[in-house]
Amino acid sequence: MSAREAILARIRAAAAGAPDPEIPRAYRTEGSADDLVERFTERVRDYKATVHVTADAGTVIAEALARRGGRRFVVPGGWTAVPDAAGMAAMSAMADMEALTDDPPLSARDLDAADGVITGCAVAIAETGTIVLDAGPGQGRRALTLVPDYHLCVVRAGQIVSSVPEAIARLDPARPLTWISGSSATSDIEFDRVEGVHGPRTLEVVVILQ
Amino acid sequence: MSTFLGMPTDRPFPANAAKAVRNAQLRVNLRKATGTIRARRATAVAELPDWQDLRSAGKAIKDHTLRHLDDYLIQLEEAVTARGGHVHWARDAAEANRIVAGLVKATGETEVVKVKSMVTQEISLNEALEREGIAAYETDLAELIVQLGDDWPSHILVPAIHRNRAEIREIFLRAMPDAPADLGDQPRELAEAARRHLRERFLRAKVGVSGANFMVAETGTLVVLESEGNGRMCLTLPETLISVVGIEKVVPTWRDLEVFMQLLPRSSTAERMNPYTSMWSGAVEGQDFHLVLLDNGRTSVLADQVGRQALRCIRCSACLNVCPVYERAGGHAYGSVYPGPIGAILTPQLRGMDTPLDRSLPYASTLCGACYEVCPVAIDIPSVLVDLRAKARHSRMERLGMAAAGWIFNRPSRLARAQRTASRLRRFVPRRLPGPGAAWTDTRDVPPIPPESFRDWWTRTHGGAR
Ligand code: SF4
Repeated sequence: MSAREAILARIRAAAAGAPDPEIPRAYRTEGSADDLVERFTERVRDYKATVHVTADAGTVIAEALARRGGRRFVVPGGWTAVPDAAGMAAMSAMADMEALTDDPPLSARDLDAADGVITGCAVAIAETGTIVLDAGPGQGRRALTLVPDYHLCVVRAGQIVSSVPEAIARLDPARPLTWISGSSATSDIEFDRVEGVHGPRTLEVVVILQ
Repeated sequence: MSTFLGMPTDRPFPANAAKAVRNAQLRVNLRKATGTIRARRATAVAELPDWQDLRSAGKAIKDHTLRHLDDYLIQLEEAVTARGGHVHWARDAAEANRIVAGLVKATGETEVVKVKSMVTQEISLNEALEREGIAAYETDLAELIVQLGDDWPSHILVPAIHRNRAEIREIFLRAMPDAPADLGDQPRELAEAARRHLRERFLRAKVGVSGANFMVAETGTLVVLESEGNGRMCLTLPETLISVVGIEKVVPTWRDLEVFMQLLPRSSTAERMNPYTSMWSGAVEGQDFHLVLLDNGRTSVLADQVGRQALRCIRCSACLNVCPVYERAGGHAYGSVYPGPIGAILTPQLRGMDTPLDRSLPYASTLCGACYEVCPVAIDIPSVLVDLRAKARHSRMERLGMAAAGWIFNRPSRLARAQRTASRLRRFVPRRLPGPGAAWTDTRDVPPIPPESFRDWWTRTHGGAR
């Protein structure tokens, strides 16, 4: 008998009399729709990330990159669709910078040598201060937001949902997903949260009001 | 062959614990760490008004899945395969290790990077790979501390919780060749040293090995929650990814994640959300993806009416952090990669109760019930402990004593006679019992025997009326 058949047979024998309860879904499937931007930004700040709320993304992004320093930033394909016209302004503000486009794909070492990465996102969650990337336009493959030490993420206000269930409903499991809540951190030493291990040590979030 | 759970000790829990409680440094480290996390978890949980509803849903989803585990595993296999992944099945640790070693060899590589995973520790994958000439590098900070310190994990979430910052600094200076000579003991500096130490290894890694927190049958999605980004490195940079996952980790639908993505982070690191979660379905971004589904004793646990609820566990470690026994004895005393309350019910079920150690684990508890209260999937650990105590083989003296007591209690006349005899001899009963009885009176006094039993007093006085 193959391992597969053996395990399945053992399961069938073992689970025969097990209970099969109805699943009670009395929990909240929708959170409050009020103050989404305020709640989201407050909770991202709790993770010690920097957050800007603006109608003028171009200026804010240009300023953030200038503050960060360096001039080689990874800019995933489809980026211009993310902040709309503001994105174009940002791009021109970055005119003297080198945009690494991941086309052809950048190697892990190229990414390691970059000064940072700018992306959009698929969904953001107010209650938990989480950004979810789905490798869609303006986000690129997963390594792009992982290897560089600096990640600037643009969130359109309309992308913020209140709670985890609303985010799950909006996401497509067929795409590779990365949920990001603050910068890389560890609690491994005496259960103290310390920011900055292997992922980007600096996360900067720009929320665009429409 | 009994199921192997990756830690060598065969002394019973009380002997291990007696040794551990004499280690003052260990007690200080544990008290500080568990105290911090307990308070934080309570706050994180109190923030959600529907916590108990989420908990009921989590429990029911897991029970429903276990009842139909065969169907959901088949559905998962189909979904993963349809999306370009390969699924393998392993009955036990040896079979899983063989599969993984074979897959690594097929790539021609001799190095793998690993994300922290309980199940690969359970099967001692690193040692098995080493025997095949493959070096496995742990990349989680705590796992790295354990690996460099040639130590054993003592907690399921923070395996190096028994070490404080000064000890970690020493381990790094001793075993990490590229550690800066002036390394301090601030957690920030230690994390920075680990970042630099592992960066090069991540960038050249060709094979990654992981576990998973959840697998979704409907979509073939695997989910890994983590904090540091080492998980993302291992999951996304290598060309080949091998995930070894226990069969009980499957949940039926994509939607079910809305429950567990709330229950797990708040219960484990006490955060609203952990820094990073990766979700992928099948082979993505040009990767070669292999999923190894592991039984290793889980189907025997599933067969036990009371004990099967242990398979609901999502390894959050909340029960360890609230346990008064764990806080004092530490993780190593449990002699298994699964310590604490969940270990006390899972280890003897997975491994059987053939050794003194495994028979002693169900007693490694005061039955205070704190573990049940915090468990996000409502595992009634105290009830399982009591059930396992009844199932464990007891010593000959204990069995004789119980048989004698049973014979006396069985007839009121025998009990009355025994009580009268005891009253007459009460002056001769010592406060400390001799022989095997000493085990009982080492920690308690023998209760004083009254001059007259209640029954005799009642008969004599009609309840005090005469
Ligand atoms: S038994 Fe419950 S509390 Fe303990 S680790 Fe498992 S899920 Fe968490």
